[in-house]
Amino acid sequence: MAEKTMRDAINEALHQAMAQDDSVFVIGEDVAGCNGSPSGDVGAVGGVFGVTGGLYKAFGPNRCIDTPISESAIVGAAAGAALVGMRPVAEIMFADFIGVCMDQIVNQMGKFRYMFGGKSKCPAVIRFASGGGFSAAGQHSQSMYQVMTSFPGLKVVIPSNAYDAKGLMLQAIADDDPVLFFEPKALYQEACEVPDEMYTIPFGEAGFVREGDDVTVVAFGQMVNRAAAAIDALEGEGISCDLIDPRTSSPLDEGAILESVEATGRLVVVDESPPRCGLTADIAGLAASKAFHSLKAPVQQVCAPHSPTPFSPELEAAYLPSVDKISAAIKATLA
Amino acid sequence: MSIPRDRLERAYRQMKTIREFEERTHAEIMNGQIAGFTHLYTGQEANAVGVCEHLNDEDTIISTHRGHGHCIAKGADVIGMMKELFGSSEGLCKGKGGSMHVADMEKGILGANGIVAGGPPISVGAALAAKIRNNGRVAVSFSGDGSVNQGTCFEAMNLAVVLQVPAVFVIENNYYSEHTNISYAVGCDDLKARTEGFGFPVFVADGADFFSVYEAAGKAIEHARSGNGPAGVFAETGRFHGHFVGDPQAYRAEGELDDLRENSCCLKNFRAKMAQTGEISAAELDAIDAEVMALIEASVAAAKAAPRPTAEQVTQDVYINYGAA
Repeated sequence: MAEKTMRDAINEALHQAMAQDDSVFVIGEDVAGCNGSPSGDVGAVGGVFGVTGGLYKAFGPNRCIDTPISESAIVGAAAGAALVGMRPVAEIMFADFIGVCMDQIVNQMGKFRYMFGGKSKCPAVIRFASGGGFSAAGQHSQSMYQVMTSFPGLKVVIPSNAYDAKGLMLQAIADDDPVLFFEPKALYQEACEVPDEMYTIPFGEAGFVREGDDVTVVAFGQMVNRAAAAIDALEGEGISCDLIDPRTSSPLDEGAILESVEATGRLVVVDESPPRCGLTADIAGLAASKAFHSLKAPVQQVCAPHSPTPFSPELEAAYLPSVDKISAAIKATLA
Repeated sequence: MSIPRDRLERAYRQMKTIREFEERTHAEIMNGQIAGFTHLYTGQEANAVGVCEHLNDEDTIISTHRGHGHCIAKGADVIGMMKELFGSSEGLCKGKGGSMHVADMEKGILGANGIVAGGPPISVGAALAAKIRNNGRVAVSFSGDGSVNQGTCFEAMNLAVVLQVPAVFVIENNYYSEHTNISYAVGCDDLKARTEGFGFPVFVADGADFFSVYEAAGKAIEHARSGNGPAGVFAETGRFHGHFVGDPQAYRAEGELDDLRENSCCLKNFRAKMAQTGEISAAELDAIDAEVMALIEASVAAAKAAPRPTAEQVTQDVYINYGAA
């Protein structure tokens, strides 16, 4: 099986879904690129992260649609097209830009079905590049998925590797509910084995990245690799851990987390978002309310501090959860 | 412009239905029978009907917080709507949406919308689907003079031009965005010119005159349906009630409401026109009135008798499938 990067795996999913179903189209800023430009080389960009590369040349201007910088209109256009039977995949470049299209995502797309008494469907996918690691500072580094998880009506997907990214994207496009798809941009170049054929990974089913007896570690997105590195290093000290990657924060595979916590009695939750009302607090709360009697130690939350993401590489390295911090948290549950 | 007699009758019936639906809704709110926030369309009926008489079920509209009229004009079931306002589980939206979210996908009604200018971007999406499918449909967004200062409205208008989609932006200027007059809230003197600056034609109508709106909307919709990109309709109109039911309307001039009801009533204007042309007699219009009153009475009776939702329905209809393991 060929190794593919997460960028290429998502791109392949888009190519395959668009070839299979002519109601699927992509829309966003520079998803083709160079429209109206002197070079005339329309399609040469394929998204600022290259995820939509080749789609313009393969499917043409009606299905790979460049837009002005108008995030609300992009989300609205996807939502409206989905309401009348299309399956749009919109790109909002950086997850931080949710700030300028929140209403269309939350109040519109996410609530149609409920407000309309279950008589509509809105199978739109909105893609975002999320997370830190690029010294991109306060407005281009947030994960944002923890915020969006709190809104009923939306599904929230956070792949942690190329294999999952392809299967989750194909599921997102096939899904009849609106899906927010957060691509940790630090992982675009990370590769693993990815099948050429189409496959889906169901939402609400966690992935088990490591299996062990002593501590349950739950990690999201780009934190999954760091948690795995911490766990692998601790193996030499005789500590073995479950590592659970929920893959979707909404729906959340509560069963997988609780089952593991009941077995280990110890829980570490890792996410790169700030702590308040975030996923680490959410899952710590889940364990406290549903697995309290199994817990042998306080739940450890490893996350960013209550601060915007800083620019300077040294500051950002201190800001994001590191392998060392995750190791220390695992050990703290055993102290 | 000649309109067949049966279409004229239908247009009058629709306007009268909207008027009486709204006046009865007002009465039932005052009686404490309807909960929540309600924004009445009374006085603006000709706008919704003048536009929707050009549309079929496959065309879409998206509406506003003041949406009852648009939904009725596009064919929503009046009894289902009244049940919805009463919060019944038999309402058009099972009591989940209420006044501000009446919708019916089968009729191409993508919903009333509680966010000012929330609708135009979504309507552009429906228009984009029509363009991709090349199926001849148009997508109409209704919004008001308050919406034209929202960024979403600007974004939607520009995107519609950039993508050359069959979107029609109907702006009903009732002069007040909530409690603030357009003379304060719109910074330029010529809103039509400002809108045309986006790059599409805008057709102006008298929103108290069905025939004027019908003519302007016809041009705009024909423009869009023929593949020429978006178009706009600007109608000057007046609402006979406040922004919401209960609004003390401190912004009105003395005698303003009396003047509106007397001189800007689309039903009176329609009757005057028919008296002039002789196409439909006063007695025939009276008979339509009686049928409309009976329908509204029946809708309220049905709404009062309709089942109430139960607690387990709170969490239904959030997702089609929420496959939490």
